[in-house]
Amino acid sequence: MNAPVSVSPAEARLCVVEPDGAMRHTLRSELGLQFAPGDVAVANDAATLPASLHGIHVESGAPLEIRLAAWVNLADVSRFTTIAFGPGDYRTPTERRLPPPPLKAGDRLLLGPLVAHVGRASHRSRLIEITFEGDRDWIFSGLARHGQPIQYAHVAAPPALSDVWTKLAAEPIAFEPPSAGFALDWRTLALWRGRGVEFVTLTHAAGVSSTGDALLDEELPFDEPYRIPKRVAAAIRRAKSSGARVVAIGTSVVRALESAAEGLGRVRAGEGVAKGRIGRGTALTIVDAILTGIHSPGDSHFELLSAFLDDRTLGDLAAELARRAYREHEFGDFLLAPRRRGGRAAAAPHPDPLPAYAGRGDPPLARGP
Amino acid sequence: MADQIDFRALRVAVTGGTSGLGLALAQDLRARGANVAFVARTASDVARVAQATGAHGIVGDVGAKADITRVALQITGALSGLDVLINNASSLGPVPLSLLADTECEDLERALAVNLVGPFRLTKALFGALAASARERPGAVVVNISSDAAVAAYPGWGAYGASKAALRHMTAIWDEEAKDSGVRFLSIDPGDMDTALHALAVPDADPTARKRPERAAAEILAAIGAALTANALREVEALR
Repeated sequence: MNAPVSVSPAEARLCVVEPDGAMRHTLRSELGLQFAPGDVAVANDAATLPASLHGIHVESGAPLEIRLAAWVNLADVSRFTTIAFGPGDYRTPTERRLPPPPLKAGDRLLLGPLVAHVGRASHRSRLIEITFEGDRDWIFSGLARHGQPIQYAHVAAPPALSDVWTKLAAEPIAFEPPSAGFALDWRTLALWRGRGVEFVTLTHAAGVSSTGDALLDEELPFDEPYRIPKRVAAAIRRAKSSGARVVAIGTSVVRALESAAEGLGRVRAGEGVAKGRIGRGTALTIVDAILTGIHSPGDSHFELLSAFLDDRTLGDLAAELARRAYREHEFGDFLLAPRRRGGRAAAAPHPDPLPAYAGRGDPPLARGP
Repeated sequence: MADQIDFRALRVAVTGGTSGLGLALAQDLRARGANVAFVARTASDVARVAQATGAHGIVGDVGAKADITRVALQITGALSGLDVLINNASSLGPVPLSLLADTECEDLERALAVNLVGPFRLTKALFGALAASARERPGAVVVNISSDAAVAAYPGWGAYGASKAALRHMTAIWDEEAKDSGVRFLSIDPGDMDTALHALAVPDADPTARKRPERAAAEILAAIGAALTANALREVEALR
């Protein structure tokens, strides 16, 4: 489960955790045959920004890399929370990257064609806020010309911007790809449509997954703005009232939907900001199952799974994924897991007992055409 | 029909937006209040038209693979999404026009790159945004600008005609494949217009005998309005 290779989605595998905790192994290309009529699959359609910018700290002349990591305000494309690194690039694991030159408020950064000013900065941390000069078009043009996708040492070759856009990619507000979306293609969506599985999207500004600073990593994920269309809220309301499932395509969708939950299995449409972590202690009230990439114990994405799966199933899963050499990270294999922890996701009209899929007839993840 | 569509709510991208039909489209769309981004190769022309129209100007070459995703990023960044894409930028192929037996392979390749592969790449890069629009609004539309040279065999128009014929057929197939996602594809032949491209092709033709690009632009916007209205009606029917 550690192979640092990119897998084309056509060849990717899919591990399915059954409601009883058993594990089944199939292919990503079979995803179109998962789920039942009435189920709602929710994906994140955010496109990914080329958020890594190399440049110069004007006051010291020192080279640095700035990674845009979070929005200060989604409506203001000039201000970002960023992670600063010294010289070097993605080939060095993030945690071993040199620190940036000392940065203080008011300092100027030349990032290709873009000029930015340091806002709040902390001496102890790589975390700084910056403000770009220029209007929206100028900033996007600068990012387009000079920015690169944030890259990690586990990827052999630097990805192009097109590599980090899922097929659903729409508005560019994410800092790293909502990578579970790589499991989807238009054929899969057509199969779902034919089977009566409803497909909807929200837009969630997925932030960075690693800062290179253990203390800072403790604060991840940063606050992430999202937008939930009315159609998504309506689809979830229908699913909950009919006993169908809500499947989140990716951790960012779990964060958005659970952040917008307002009781009785309903979500609030509109804009919001997802804060804090989802994990062992989180009582999920909307999402019944998650499709996600493969991650190792200790990784925040894996920890999010503990909101879905009990410790024993999680342990079994980690062992099974390792034994079968599932490939990790955003260009790897996929996992589909039901919510088995903490009872059924809130569906007021269906006060079913455990497990999550009780009362749904045949095992939902095992059904074929 | 077009009057039923409020262009002020539309986010539209036009390629080849600094001259001829593309410029006329950008100007007309802006006059109707649409939020417009346009793409063209020459930075000074882009800046001039952006200034004059209030549209978002993007410098890029749709015939260049490396430009496509970065152009798409600027389009969706500027407009916060996309409802209508008009693939208008075109290359004549060899100038002056030449018989196929005299046409360099590279000239044919360039015509295919700009007239066929470019629109394909850009549409693919923006398809997520268009489908996202169609999930929330009365559908999305892609217009691919065609030509009577896509249908009739005019001697001398081989590179251009072949590329436009391929684009026309790709448009028809894409329309079949994407309509369930709410994205409609239109192939529109604007007719012979008084444009720089036509002057390149037929230098001694009388420009006053040809259609003004402004009229062609208005017809294309009417077709877009009709497609969006039809989609909206389909949605309403589906809800009944």
